[in-house]
Amino acid sequence: MFDSLSDSFQGAFDRLFSGGKLTAQNIDEGLREVRKALLEADVSVSVVKEFIANVKESAVGQLQVEGVDPSQQIVKIVSDELVRLMGPIDTRIKINNERPTVIMMVGLQGSGKTTTTGKLAKYLVEKKKKKPLLVAADLQRPAAIEQLHVLGESLGVPVYSEQPGEKKKGLTGLFSRQTRAAEVCRNGIKHAENSGRNVVILDTAGRLHIDDELMKELEDVKKLTKPDNIFLVCDAMTGQDAVHSAKQFNDRMAIDGVILTKLDGDTRGGAALSIKAVTGKTIKFIGTGEKLDRLEEFHPERMASRILGMGDIVTLVEKAQEVVSQKEAEKSATRLISGKWNFEDFLGQLQAVKKMGPLKQLLGMIPGMGSMLKQVEFTGDELKPVEAIINSMTRKERRNPELLSGRTGGSRRRRIARGSGTTVQEVNLIVKQFKAMKRMMGELGRVGDLGSLMTPGGIENALPQLPGGKALLRARSRGPKPKRNKNKNKRKNKRKRARR
Amino acid sequence: MKTLEAYLTRDNLIAAGLALFVLLTLLILFWRSRRGGEKEPEILDPRERLRHALGKTRGGLLDAIRKTFRGKIDEEVIGSLEEILLAADIGVATTDALLEGLKAAYRKGEIQSQAQVLDYLKAHLKEKLGGAGGKLNMAEKPPTVILVCGVNGCGKTTSIAKLTYYFAQQGKKVLLCASDTFRAAAVDQLNTWADRLGVAITRGQQGADPASVAHDAHEKALKGGFDVLIVDTAGRLHNDKNLMRELEKIARVGKKHVPDSPHEVLLVLDATTGQNAIRQAEAFTEAIQVTGIVLAKLDGTAKGGMIVPIREELGIPVKFVGLGERPTDLAPFDADTFVEGMFS
Repeated sequence: MFDSLSDSFQGAFDRLFSGGKLTAQNIDEGLREVRKALLEADVSVSVVKEFIANVKESAVGQLQVEGVDPSQQIVKIVSDELVRLMGPIDTRIKINNERPTVIMMVGLQGSGKTTTTGKLAKYLVEKKKKKPLLVAADLQRPAAIEQLHVLGESLGVPVYSEQPGEKKKGLTGLFSRQTRAAEVCRNGIKHAENSGRNVVILDTAGRLHIDDELMKELEDVKKLTKPDNIFLVCDAMTGQDAVHSAKQFNDRMAIDGVILTKLDGDTRGGAALSIKAVTGKTIKFIGTGEKLDRLEEFHPERMASRILGMGDIVTLVEKAQEVVSQKEAEKSATRLISGKWNFEDFLGQLQAVKKMGPLKQLLGMIPGMGSMLKQVEFTGDELKPVEAIINSMTRKERRNPELLSGRTGGSRRRRIARGSGTTVQEVNLIVKQFKAMKRMMGELGRVGDLGSLMTPGGIENALPQLPGGKALLRARSRGPKPKRNKNKNKRKNKRKRARR
Repeated sequence: MKTLEAYLTRDNLIAAGLALFVLLTLLILFWRSRRGGEKEPEILDPRERLRHALGKTRGGLLDAIRKTFRGKIDEEVIGSLEEILLAADIGVATTDALLEGLKAAYRKGEIQSQAQVLDYLKAHLKEKLGGAGGKLNMAEKPPTVILVCGVNGCGKTTSIAKLTYYFAQQGKKVLLCASDTFRAAAVDQLNTWADRLGVAITRGQQGADPASVAHDAHEKALKGGFDVLIVDTAGRLHNDKNLMRELEKIARVGKKHVPDSPHEVLLVLDATTGQNAIRQAEAFTEAIQVTGIVLAKLDGTAKGGMIVPIREELGIPVKFVGLGERPTDLAPFDADTFVEGMFS
């Protein structure tokens, strides 16, 4: 399993406060662990240095405060410093009132510019009610123009492009000092003006930052189109080089913001810290998947709490609100509490959860779940058999779950198992868990304390009653994380098996 | 004597204009070539190119060592060395191990000069990395099947173009298989390369089952007497179990046609990636036994040091490095040059 920044931090803090008291010596020791954790998360060496120095200064300065739990104090200092480094929140996109707003996307090859361009267009259409036009200014990579056209088509957003080889004829062509990419961009903006689009997104060619010639092309585009926003698209998995590329792009292009991509991988934001520290430019959005709706606004405090393993309830709730309306939510809550909850409601909720994203990602946002999830392998199909089972029930059964319980329900359960391609045991389990869930929710409803779930230990107490919760707990009680050499042995065994 | 006006005939004016035009064109061309001439000269020897690419230094860390090293290995020297190693993405664990070894050697009196400090580190790194550069496992009976995988945007398709060129240069008959049916226009991208390089390609429709495309390609490779089949796969994040399973399926389908295939499973890693590359290598090799790494984008300032822990922990060697965007920009991995570059 991977060592994310949050795990390493947790390890550091566990060790740091096992003695209970905060002394100058264990501050140093603890900060060494923090330093290691940051480096393992690919935060730049120089940024780590600065970070540690700042935290140390604040920690030592605040040690005199009496009556405050020192461990809480240093967690707060580290977290505050992370938030300060990555903040402030700023998801604004500068809008030009005189002409179409121009957004220029720049970044290294393979950072995800074209996909992000598509995501940004979708965001502007749906959240900001804009009418974007995409301009294919990547004349380098084969089929980059086609890629943008396919994206535009699926979004219903127009794409402006020119044939890469097409040179201007005659004298003007010869004397024109602008590069082709810059011309395409300028023509694209004109096209937007004429066709009533109010935002233009320029998808430029990816390049290595040290490539002077291509950097000049970008500068040309900038000079000719005067973009209102220049966004640097950056791969969240980037290592120590993040500071160099971000600095280069910022020095030459004066970027306005950063979009961090591929955060759905198991890398954890080390680059975010570095880039923000070295450019001073805000991280506007993050990309969390290949699908075009996987673009989220960047919130430093959420990122910091994710980094510190404190979960991310706010994002979870926001996601839920996107797929479930307030009215629906209220309706199902009343049914839950009044004990009228049935398999139809359950199915509806399952489908809503599916729309919110991969289960692992969602569970990871719940405080305290992060470390549990390490032991469980997620395939993304966890909910499928449950859905199949419910779909194999008759409408009557779905509305009257009691029909399935007890001896009398035996033949029904066997039929459902056959129909859904599962086993009777699985059907039994679902029915049992459904009942347990209903009972628990009913109780919670009576006490009126859904909030208790969010207190430390609340999740652990509630889990055994939730579907799959027991398995999670069992996995967790298996003890500490397996050591790396153990993994190695496993791999060796696998290889041996393969040879046989 | 004719008056000046007599020269100003229409024909003469056109002629003068043309002459001026030609002159200006030449001037522009000359100016452009001058500007172009400032570019670094083309280097053809792959070793030289690797050295050149890695030589892009990031400032005076070595100077720092030179200044701080006074025949003694103290905290300051260790600190500077640590910074060099960490900045090259070697990772904390490997860096610590290397420096512990260095301290031990110093205590034994094996290291007395600054040169010996660097020699010690370089020698250990070279030893760890050497041996596999440029060596590909070829099938006894063609076709040799090479499966290329990696995360999104790591440079798979460009690396395949380079490998194709590499084999075509050796006179091999190459077939490409465009199995990336997921990303928009990925098939077109590979198709463009196939056209440019003049090799055959089997392609699927957008959204088609990648394994079925691989199936067709294997069949075609066998029937058409191809020497090498290179299978491009869609970029996938290594923590996506479903997509990793899809990759297993592609390999499985191939085995039905060519039992000992794939002969090489090349994982393309982006040299700018940090410690996450280790997780990538782990996950990909768990799914389909990776046999070698192509380290792409090494022409930037990134040093690609994460290949050290990957070799140490997983035993996967780097076989080729990518040094640019053209098909010719591929060099066999050379441990000596690579390690020297890390300390430049």
